[in-house]
Amino acid sequence: MNPIDLTLAELSARLAAKDVSSAEVTAACLERIRATDALLGAFLFVDETGAMTHAQAADERRAAGRARGPLDGVPLALKDIFCTEGIPTTCGSKILDGFVPPYDSTHVRRLKDAGAVLLGKLNMDEFAMGSSNETSAFGPCRNPWDTSRTPGGSSGGSAAAVAARQCFATLGTDTGGSIRQPAAFSGVTGLKPTYGRCSRYGVIAFASSLDQVGPFGRTAEDCALVLQAIAGKDPMDSTSLDAPVPDWAAGMKGASVKGMRLGVPKEYFVEGLDPEVEKAVREAMRLLEELGATLVPVELPHTEYGISTYYVVAPAECSSNLARFDGVRYGMSKREEGALREMYFRTRAEGFGPEVKRRIMIGTYALSSGYYDAYYLRAQKVRTLIKRDFDEAFQMVDAIVTPTTPGVAFRLGERTEDPLQMYLADVFTLACNLAGLPGMSVPCGFSSNGLPIGLQILGKPLDEASLFRVGGAYQAATDWHTRAPRIG
Amino acid sequence: MALTKEQVEKVAVLARLSLSDDEIEQFRGQLSSILGYIEKLQALDVEGVPPTTHAVQVDSTPLRPDVERESLAPESALANAPARDGNLFLVPRIIE
Repeated sequence: MNPIDLTLAELSARLAAKDVSSAEVTAACLERIRATDALLGAFLFVDETGAMTHAQAADERRAAGRARGPLDGVPLALKDIFCTEGIPTTCGSKILDGFVPPYDSTHVRRLKDAGAVLLGKLNMDEFAMGSSNETSAFGPCRNPWDTSRTPGGSSGGSAAAVAARQCFATLGTDTGGSIRQPAAFSGVTGLKPTYGRCSRYGVIAFASSLDQVGPFGRTAEDCALVLQAIAGKDPMDSTSLDAPVPDWAAGMKGASVKGMRLGVPKEYFVEGLDPEVEKAVREAMRLLEELGATLVPVELPHTEYGISTYYVVAPAECSSNLARFDGVRYGMSKREEGALREMYFRTRAEGFGPEVKRRIMIGTYALSSGYYDAYYLRAQKVRTLIKRDFDEAFQMVDAIVTPTTPGVAFRLGERTEDPLQMYLADVFTLACNLAGLPGMSVPCGFSSNGLPIGLQILGKPLDEASLFRVGGAYQAATDWHTRAPRIG
Repeated sequence: MALTKEQVEKVAVLARLSLSDDEIEQFRGQLSSILGYIEKLQALDVEGVPPTTHAVQVDSTPLRPDVERESLAPESALANAPARDGNLFLVPRIIE
């Protein structure tokens, strides 16, 4: 058996039993990347030498009886939004082409401390702004299930790499669905933790009140193993929460949904939902019921305002965060002619792509003099109403189940001309970020043309455990997550 | 809600983006339709509703003890500088 077909948890057990070495597995991943990535475009940078060096070090530790835990020697990869010391970090943008960070993000450091082997950096929408990976300045990533389609975005490379068996898990970020939507489109499991569960230190900022780091894996258990290595208070991020990090993976062994109350919001089953997606999600819900959960109708009446709220708050925060790209300290700098002011205008005009400029423009408008109250302040108030909807629903249920996306992966190029249509497709994932909740997407079926469908599970703040419980029990009873795409 | 060319130009200046005439025209249409959609927010009654600035309420900004510790070395901080002079970032002339 080719080791790349193992789950992370299975690999971890094989490594512990010394049935396979990290060097062998890492070499197999690198071989897989070489064989598939010219077609997929999941990686922006592959660190072959560094990966093999770290794999050998992991093997030596293990031989000496000093193995560090379940991730020691496991090949992983990172969305190119994480700062990696000495390794190029572009955030999918020309403005950061050639940038080599002087430090590691907290997650990179924690993964290294856990012994993980980092294979490289993954493709993404420019500055995580996009839902299809098509805004990447370095070309789109392709969906391993159908290479004429998007893997989703913005963490498209992170989802595609796991689906294509190029590595065992990846990290992504989720500001409005950027982990869950590509997980659904690419047929893998993805988790956005509670806001503050993971640090944001060393993650290039998009919308600071919404951004959150999370894992992609083949299974919910694999996501748990990665999350517990990176979660927890970080002195470098004052918004990271000082909450205990449970051993989620251990907690989900033999997980059962018996006695759980799962909310079903009617606002997520509306016109525009692909009938094949609805059928698969309804069947998943029926199965959860058979496994002992109770389905409870809940109401989230402000759902329809989620998109408007998000597309004020996120661009406003992005316009502020991206002010730092000015050509002074790092990245592109156009200073051939003119004074300082010209350098700002020319650097930003040439460095940013159209979608990033569009969002900066929306955000700058919404924050500009005379419009602040009507847009940003009002959106923040509506955000409170959206949050209250969830507070009320969670009085009655342990978790909420919905489709992750209204449709399956669309064709590359299909929506690039109409940004508003692209935004509207984020309808089921945005509210989770606005309310700061944890959310997971697990594979729950395929469309008639063979494209993956995702079930979204939303939980109470800091209750990732319930998501792992539902995801684990569902995956123990189904085999959607074990299917692999045939590439090429 | 339709934005004028002048409004788009004004926002571009605030955002420090030089845009071509084509870009201004394209953004004028796209921003108008996006802002038109966002108008939905005006329909809701938000009287007396407090704004949510952060999803998770952090009681106060925690302060760490004010003790000296290691920080990024100047050489590392300057490694990506487009232009430098010793330990300084160099920029084009500021007074026009």
